[in-house]
Amino acid sequence: MTDLPAQKADLKSILSTPARVDNSEGMSYLQSVPRRIVTLYIPLSIIVIILLFPFYWMGLTAIKPDDQLLDLDRYNPFWTWNPTFKHIHKLLFESYYPHWLWNTMYVAIGATVLSIIASVLAAYAIVRLRYKGANVVGGLIFLAYLVPPSILFIPLATVVFQYGLFDSPLALILTYPTILIPFSTWLLMGYFKTIPFELEECALIDGASRWQILIKIVLPLAIPGLISAFIFCFTLCWNEFIYALTFLQSTPNKTVPVAIVNEFVDGDIYRWGSLMAGALCGSLPLVILYAFFVEHYVSAMTGAVKE
Amino acid sequence: MADIALAPRRAKTEIREATAWDKLRHNKNWLGFWFMLPALAFLIFFLAYPLGLGIWLSFTDARIGRVGHYIGTENYEWLWDDSIFWLSVFNTLIYTFIASAIKFAVGLYLALLLNERMPFKALLRAAVLIPFIVPTVLSALAFWWIFDSQFSIISWSLKHLGLITQNINFLGDSTWARICVIFANIWRGVPFVAITLLAGLQTVQPSLYEAATLDGASRWQMFRFITYPLLTPIIAVVMTFSVLFTFTDFQLIWAMTRGGPVNATHLMATLSYQRAIIAGQLGEGAAISSAMIPFLLAAIMVSWFGLQRRKWQQGESND
Repeated sequence: MTDLPAQKADLKSILSTPARVDNSEGMSYLQSVPRRIVTLYIPLSIIVIILLFPFYWMGLTAIKPDDQLLDLDRYNPFWTWNPTFKHIHKLLFESYYPHWLWNTMYVAIGATVLSIIASVLAAYAIVRLRYKGANVVGGLIFLAYLVPPSILFIPLATVVFQYGLFDSPLALILTYPTILIPFSTWLLMGYFKTIPFELEECALIDGASRWQILIKIVLPLAIPGLISAFIFCFTLCWNEFIYALTFLQSTPNKTVPVAIVNEFVDGDIYRWGSLMAGALCGSLPLVILYAFFVEHYVSAMTGAVKE
Repeated sequence: MADIALAPRRAKTEIREATAWDKLRHNKNWLGFWFMLPALAFLIFFLAYPLGLGIWLSFTDARIGRVGHYIGTENYEWLWDDSIFWLSVFNTLIYTFIASAIKFAVGLYLALLLNERMPFKALLRAAVLIPFIVPTVLSALAFWWIFDSQFSIISWSLKHLGLITQNINFLGDSTWARICVIFANIWRGVPFVAITLLAGLQTVQPSLYEAATLDGASRWQMFRFITYPLLTPIIAVVMTFSVLFTFTDFQLIWAMTRGGPVNATHLMATLSYQRAIIAGQLGEGAAISSAMIPFLLAAIMVSWFGLQRRKWQQGESND
């Protein structure tokens, strides 16, 4: 129990420096190669293949011609020799898909920026201003993280209706922060705690106001944390479904996840190609973002959990 | 002389009493309040208030487009006799229990595997997390296609392996449909569990394993008496989140089955959406989602305190 805080502090540094993992090298000579194949490589590859197969299938379906899609006897379903961009073309030029992508992007960026601003202020106040009751407020914000959208969407629908925000992207921009603020506040609190207090004391002696300290000293030092919070919030927004499904009505206003489920699912037996193309194009922006910021994602996930 | 007499007086006036305005700007508590204001405004207007409003709505007969009147516990009495509601409670409990248990087992196993030294480790770790990054609805659609009744790739493969003769009606049969949605949920949740547990695993000192090896411990004993006890705090948190998000799951079910076949996969969240938004019975839907709160609290308590106590026991015995 006593060494628990030290562990927590270690977590991030270990994640960001994979070099330390090599310490375990000393033990691996105890295992023979065949044993490692059976106990490690085979189970690992099975799990990874299962985890990645749906994406392969999604991508393959998106570029398969219709006749091959449904004729499983004459063509090997696991591969195609004549890929087509028909489905993606149809998606981008004959549907509202670019609109939906734009809506999703707009809502995600709007909600993320609002939440990050609010959480930076809140996290700084809780960690560094230490006003009366700061710890209680911190705990309440954590509790807010545990309130799931599935409980809130019915009353929120009436609230959104009352404020006249129904069927407007603004409804989502204002409601998503309730999911994002608790998460990013806790994440940023962790980052702010690692910034030396002495820096702020120096600035205070030099006559800086709290606002100047936050903008000129704390924020530049917390940039990795801000990036983590930003991309994670962005992903959560892009992923969000139930609010978008409930609050948006008209087809051009929808976000990608809702639109694909509602607009592309019709009785057409050939719908699969465009459905999977839509799912693929909706996932790619996030996957690309993820590829650039893997370490930030991991630290965001573990950062929120370790608190 | 007059100048000298004046100068200190002027200096004196500069050190004035702190006015109310100054207090608002510089007092620690007020400053804290201003900094908290944006976050609190969001959380109060769009979280705390709707939470209360939802419980109030569950005691009214509100419909879409009509303000409700207080009708006491009528909604709850109605639900008490509603077999579909109880079916959804049953489904939700099964779904949460099985999916969380398997997610934990597979996630822990995957974390242990990823903690080994091997080539392309960083790449593998990045690949494992992809199911968590891709929007749930979109991967659920991929599963919908994988589990299609006629063109399912699984049915095709099994037929070509000679294991079955007929296509499996994955999402049309109630047992199969439950298995499929639970599988999709596990698929989506395992990366989160694995990567967070992996972060915990990397904090365990390698020297502990070396010492245990010298003492002749088997691999299972090393896991049971070193890895597991040191991981329990992080397991408690991860599983609390996992249970919470599984219990309130909506999008996966909605994209794959919409609660069908014959309500076999209706969770409480999907049922409340169907009753409140599609059928317009806001009061009844709110009653269903309010009925989730006690279950949620219980689930949080069990996974939080249940695992927390072990952590204390371990800590005490270690000290």
